[in-house]
Amino acid sequence: MATFNEVISRVKSEIQEIGVDETHARLDAAKGDAAKAPVIVDVRERDEYEQGFIGGAEWIPRGFLELKIEDVAPERDRPVILYCAGGVRSALAARSLVEMGYSDVSSMAGGFRAWKNKGLAFDRPRVLSPEQLKRYSRHIMLPEVGEEGQGKLLDAKVLFLGAGGLGSPSALYLAAAGVGTIGIVDDDVVDESNLQRQVIHNRERLGMPKAESARKTLQLLNSDVNVITHETRLDSSNIMEILSQYDMVVDGADNFPTRYLLNDAALKLGKPVVHASIFRFEGQVTTFLPDEGPCYRCLYPEPPPAGMAPSCQEAGVLGVLPGMIGTIQANEALKLILGVGKSLSGRFLVIDALGTNYRQLKLRKDPKCVVCSKPREEIELIDYEAFCSVDL
Amino acid sequence: MATVRIPPPLRKYTGGAEDVEVQGGTVRELLDALEGAHPGIKERICDDSGAVRRFVNVFVADEDIRFLDELDTAVSDKDEVSIIPAIAGGR
Repeated sequence: MATFNEVISRVKSEIQEIGVDETHARLDAAKGDAAKAPVIVDVRERDEYEQGFIGGAEWIPRGFLELKIEDVAPERDRPVILYCAGGVRSALAARSLVEMGYSDVSSMAGGFRAWKNKGLAFDRPRVLSPEQLKRYSRHIMLPEVGEEGQGKLLDAKVLFLGAGGLGSPSALYLAAAGVGTIGIVDDDVVDESNLQRQVIHNRERLGMPKAESARKTLQLLNSDVNVITHETRLDSSNIMEILSQYDMVVDGADNFPTRYLLNDAALKLGKPVVHASIFRFEGQVTTFLPDEGPCYRCLYPEPPPAGMAPSCQEAGVLGVLPGMIGTIQANEALKLILGVGKSLSGRFLVIDALGTNYRQLKLRKDPKCVVCSKPREEIELIDYEAFCSVDL
Repeated sequence: MATVRIPPPLRKYTGGAEDVEVQGGTVRELLDALEGAHPGIKERICDDSGAVRRFVNVFVADEDIRFLDELDTAVSDKDEVSIIPAIAGGR
C-alpha cells in the first residue's frame, strides 16, 4: 500500500522535471526550427485548456495521451515536454511515455499555473460550441485538421466567382466544411437549363438571382456560414474592393475577360486563386499562388480573340463534369486554409471525363510574364471586351 | 509515330478523334503532319507567322515547349504531345 503522496514523490524522483524558465528557454531556442523543437503537450481537460494554453502546445487530455501521442511525436527520441495545471498529472503522464519508450520526456514543474504566474505569454483557443464539436467531429478527429484547423476554416473568407457549374459543388462542400464567410459573385438568374448540373439551385428558385439562391442553400446546409452576395459583374471598377474582403478566390467564371481581370487583380492584392474551367467532357484545374508560383498569364499570356475560343452555352457540358472539377477546387481551397498537403501550384490537371483519365502537366513561372513579373503596384487592370464564341 | 492529344474544341478537325498518331522529329514537323492529315487545324494552334498562339500551349510529355526549344523541341516516338487551349467555361 502506498499513499498518493508516496506514489507521486516516487514518480517525480524517477522522471525528469524541468522548470517554467527552462521550458520557456527551450521553446524559444527552437523557434523557426520545427524539426528540432520539443513537442509540448498540454494534458489538461477541456475546460482548463479553454482558459488558456502555452502557444504551440498540442492539446491531448491525460486520458488520451497514450492513444494520441504518436500522432504528434512519432519518433521516440523526439524531446517531449508535458504540462498540466500544477505538475502532478504531467509527472504521471511522463512516466507513462517513458514506459512507451520515449527517451527525452520532461514534466514542467508547477504547470500552467506557474507559467502564468511568471507573466509568460499564453494563447486562448478558439472555443467551438457543443453543436460545432458534433457537426465537425469528423474533421476534429483528423490530426491534420483538429479543433485548431476547424477554427481556421470558421475564420476563412472565400470568394466564389459564379454560382454555376463549378461554384455549386465547391461552395456546397466549403460551406459544409464550415468555411465561415463565403462570398458569391453572380449577376445571373436561375434558369431551368442550369439544373442539369448547378446543384446548389432547385426548381423552386427558377428566376431567382443565383447569388441569392446559393445563399439560401448554403445557409440551410450550415448556419455557421455567413454568405455575402455580390449581384454584379466584375470589372476594373469593383473587383479590388470586392476581392480585398476575402482570403482567396475559387474561380468558376464563364468568360475570359473575368478570368484575366481576376488574375491581375489577385496578383495586385496577393490573393491565391483556385482556377478551373470546363468544356464538354474536359476540365482544367490548377492553383495560382501569388509570388510563389506561375499565374494564369504565365500559362496563357493573352485571351483569345472572339471566334478563336469556345465558351458559353453552345459548347455543352456533361452534367457531372463540373462536380468532378469543382470538388477538386474545394479540396484545394481547404488545403490552403488549413496549410496542409501539397497544392496544385505549378501543376495543371487536365481531366477527361469520357476516358476517365487525367494528365498532369508542369506549369512554370514565366520570368517574362507580362503581369506577374511586374511589381504589384505597377499592375494595371484591363477590361477586355466580352464576347461569346459560337463557332464550335 | 508520336501521339498528339487533340483538345475537345479542335476535335471537329479530326473527325472527333481524341488521339492522332503523326510522324515527326520536332513539334513543328508534328504540327505540319497534323495539318496534312487534318486540314485547317494548324491555323487554330499557330498564328500567321507560324508561332504558337498565345492562348494555346503545347506540351511534350509534361513539359511546356515554351520552356524547352519552342517548335524545335524534339519529339520521340513514345512521347505524348498535348495541345492545351485556354477554355473559359465554368457554368
